[in-house]
Amino acid sequence: MPKPDDLHFFIDPNRCIGCQSCLHACTECDTHRGESMIHLEYVNRAESVQTVPVVCMHCEQPTCAEVCPADAIKRTSDGVVQSARKPRCIACGNCVVACPFGVPELYEDRKIMMKCDMCYDRSSVGKKPMCATVCPSQALFFGTREEIERLRPQSTPINTFQFGAQTITTQVHMMVPRALATRATYVDVAAAMDEQPRSRAVSLKVIGDPFADVEV
Amino acid sequence: MADLNSRGMSREQISIPPDGAPLDVQPAWRQDFPIDWPQDLYVERRDFMKFMVLTSAAFTLGQVCIGLQNWYRKQTGQPPVRRIASVDDIAVGAAIGFAYPDEHEPCLLVRLTTNEFVAFGQKCTHLSCAVIPQPAEGSFYCPCHEGRFDLRTGVPIAGPPRRPLTRVVLERRGQDIYAVGVEERTT
Repeated sequence: MPKPDDLHFFIDPNRCIGCQSCLHACTECDTHRGESMIHLEYVNRAESVQTVPVVCMHCEQPTCAEVCPADAIKRTSDGVVQSARKPRCIACGNCVVACPFGVPELYEDRKIMMKCDMCYDRSSVGKKPMCATVCPSQALFFGTREEIERLRPQSTPINTFQFGAQTITTQVHMMVPRALATRATYVDVAAAMDEQPRSRAVSLKVIGDPFADVEV
Repeated sequence: MADLNSRGMSREQISIPPDGAPLDVQPAWRQDFPIDWPQDLYVERRDFMKFMVLTSAAFTLGQVCIGLQNWYRKQTGQPPVRRIASVDDIAVGAAIGFAYPDEHEPCLLVRLTTNEFVAFGQKCTHLSCAVIPQPAEGSFYCPCHEGRFDLRTGVPIAGPPRRPLTRVVLERRGQDIYAVGVEERTT
């Protein structure tokens, strides 16, 4: 049974409070029991406590599937990119390196790649993924487009991303401030890579040579 | 923002190649290794028929080979008569090993009673492990998979083997026991 077409996943990084509820709820999901597939990333840990939850964006052109040499990553007809198919995955890690969002994880011990599959056992019957059910600030939201427009009048969903020369459109939407969305219609995934961290080197002035007067 | 259902594509084919070009100008391997699950599971009628015909042909060829092998075995006739042992060499309820018709076919000669002798090939009919004679329990025992054969007739009585052990036809000439042929049985 496919995921209902009117239900979408929305990520609102502004609302993330870094509580890690999603990490723990994710391990409870039956499609990847005991393993958390969601990543909670610090944006700039030296300067800020801001975190961003990263789930699979379920690309229209899944790079992970494009690079898979074993033909193991498949996309169901509702647009959900599934975890690697067990009989095919050779645990080469190509998908881990290729994913623009850093989603797939390689489990070297059991020779398999596993990734967020939008809790397919739940979303395919119209239920929310585990992370969206527990998120206290609803930074992770699963519902209809009308709901999100009513709940977040200041923001608008964007599903176009730029990763170097690659333009990616996704099933999962990112909420951005409405004012910004009119100026930039996509999110540049790699933009932060060019930012240089502010220098925090501490320099102490040395006043002369303290041993100048000492006779040896 | 693009509506998910307005692309005019069937639900089967939803993934777009990275260059965005239409499917008919894409390289052929994209058809063989599709990203979409329904396409991956799709089996063409022609491929299915090809599989069925080739598999049936393989089975038929196998049967013909078995028939030819049986015919060839009948043509070659029985192996030469060979003396195995003297009656006095073997106690009642004991067994000795010998090779017949050549050194690659280990066999067992068992003395059941004073005047009764039986001999069987030692290869278990399951996976060709060497069977162990256990005259006290009235059976041959295969330790690989707990198979058992009847000591007197060689028919399987327990475990995975389904065919009886190869029987060696014996002949007693005075005080000597001779092997005069082998009998491969299916039931």
